[in-house]
Amino acid sequence: MSSLAPVLEPLTILIAEDSAADLLLLSTIIRRQGHQVLTATNGAQAVELFTRERPQLVLMDALMPVMDGFEAARRIKQLAGEALVPIIFLTSLRESEALAQCLDAGGDDFLPKPYNQLILAAKINAMDRLRRLQATVLQQRDQIARHHDYLLHEQRAAKAVFDKVAHSGCINAAPNIRYLQSPYALFNGDLLLAAYTPSGDMHVLLGDFTGHGLPAAVGAMPLAEVFYGMTAKGYGLAQTLREMNAKLKRILPVDMFCCATLLCLSAQRRVVEVWNGGMPEGYVHEVATGKRTPLVSRHLPLGVLSAQAFDDGTEVWPMALGDRVFLLSDGVLDTADANDQLFGAERLQQVFAANREPDRLFEDIERALAAFRGQARDDVSMVEITLQAGQPLRAAEPVYADSGQSCPLDWSVSFEFRAQTLKSYNPLPYLLQLLLEIHGLRGQSGALYSVMAELYSNALEHGVLELDSRLKRDAQGFADYYRQRNERLGQLNSGYVRVHVQVVPTATGGKMTLRIEDRGPGFDVEQVLARPMDVDRLSGRGLSLVRQLSSDVRWSDGGRSVCVEFCWGALA
Amino acid sequence: MSVVSEVSLDGKKLTITVKGRFDFGSHQAFRDAYERFYKVPEVYVVDLKDTTYMDSSALGMLLLLRDHAGGDNAEVQVINSNSDVRKILAISNFDKLFDLS
Repeated sequence: MSSLAPVLEPLTILIAEDSAADLLLLSTIIRRQGHQVLTATNGAQAVELFTRERPQLVLMDALMPVMDGFEAARRIKQLAGEALVPIIFLTSLRESEALAQCLDAGGDDFLPKPYNQLILAAKINAMDRLRRLQATVLQQRDQIARHHDYLLHEQRAAKAVFDKVAHSGCINAAPNIRYLQSPYALFNGDLLLAAYTPSGDMHVLLGDFTGHGLPAAVGAMPLAEVFYGMTAKGYGLAQTLREMNAKLKRILPVDMFCCATLLCLSAQRRVVEVWNGGMPEGYVHEVATGKRTPLVSRHLPLGVLSAQAFDDGTEVWPMALGDRVFLLSDGVLDTADANDQLFGAERLQQVFAANREPDRLFEDIERALAAFRGQARDDVSMVEITLQAGQPLRAAEPVYADSGQSCPLDWSVSFEFRAQTLKSYNPLPYLLQLLLEIHGLRGQSGALYSVMAELYSNALEHGVLELDSRLKRDAQGFADYYRQRNERLGQLNSGYVRVHVQVVPTATGGKMTLRIEDRGPGFDVEQVLARPMDVDRLSGRGLSLVRQLSSDVRWSDGGRSVCVEFCWGALA
Repeated sequence: MSVVSEVSLDGKKLTITVKGRFDFGSHQAFRDAYERFYKVPEVYVVDLKDTTYMDSSALGMLLLLRDHAGGDNAEVQVINSNSDVRKILAISNFDKLFDLS
């Protein structure tokens, strides 16, 4: 027996054979090889035994009474399902047709009579190897399927959590935003966020993390938190960008970063402020002239540079009501055709040029991409925001949980912000937080913030920096104005803006007086206020806005000091 | 895709050449190209003359190399890029971190 191939593991083997002598002979051989034996004398008995005992391998005589081996093999294969139960036909048949029939019926091999022990043992071992292989394959397939289900489940759960964060803004509620994104764009690293500032401006972020899947999605969460938190508190783009960059730099590995375009659209001021780090060019579309101004990437993506090296410089473009800003992810431009040619910016320009109905721009682009490639990519993100008048001023977010019993009602405070501070620090969010300690003012936080922002930037730009708002009469002057603003701010080494806040209780509720002073040349209040409000003019909106929103506005000291009042009634 | 690295005779310059697509598939090979030298060269050169395509994970790999080479003090040159690759480097403003001659 030493010449036989070693048995790996004893099997239970079913032998179906109608000749008692052959059955006895075969059983003896198989037992001696170390296996357990079940015996049947016809096909029906074999099927019945198989059902009950589930042997791992079957030796089947072809010709038997009651049910022949072919039929029994078919039934056993059916019962075995996906598991491989090898069936070796025992046959004295010699014609190739008959031997082929054994395999057609589901047999895996055949063994001619009379039996050769050596060949029999080797065949049993070979079949056992196949059986194990099949079992392993099935096991791995099931494991992969389980993992896949698990992964999908995880992604769904992660997306549900993320949607709560990401869509807490106004991306779906704002009537002037249209966007197109695959539902699982998050797992492609694409991120689209939008929210209102306290003064009713809109901040929009389109971002694209390096990589795919969960790693790309993980960074999106803190980015969204910073975006919404700081936008709601009234921080400008520069501070929000600094915070996002610092946060991503801290948490992401070196080779991960986030390309992003961040916008601030102000219907009130008719401008869009833009920062683009690593995203493809977006466009400001002047509807009246058809002109498209590219929003060029001027910066490294977020999360690459240290806080010291980070550049938060933005560009400002004038916009008329009805003008649109269009942003896109690189999935649009990088869509490749069969020859690895990229769709590219020029083809996109052609779509723009051919576009007749602005509202159907996305569809036109999608059609062009489909025609180019024949198949859509799932990481195409596009967003278009139209400048619309009358964005409502927002009440403060987040919602406060305290009861109102501890509200301070009789106090005053004064600040003086000097040159070094004015250069880089925006005190408005801090002041707003302070004033919103007064419960009676919370309902007016939007108006309050808008008025403060207007008066502060007047004091800074006209008072301290001595910029002339008449520069902003056309688009070129507008760009000059903001260029000069940045230059002068960079060189600033004297001057101040003072802010005085006084809060007093009144018979019906309370009153807050806000006084803002600068040490500039002042201005002729009578003359400026007498100028007609001209809708097409790019300057002069600020003061009329302030007069609309606060109960009382007074200038003194030749325009260098301005005082506004906000009143509130007793809280219910 | 293939990544080949070569050290200059004086051992001061390591040149890494990437052929074909430079994307996530090159990740391990690209890291191996500079990590297996125990001696730290003074200059790293990434030669993209046969690079047909580059994605954002390749940009990430360049950042890894820069970090390995000393971060802000690193001297990493990215040379011979074709116009498509140059566009990708330009959009991300990588000229602020790398010598893109």
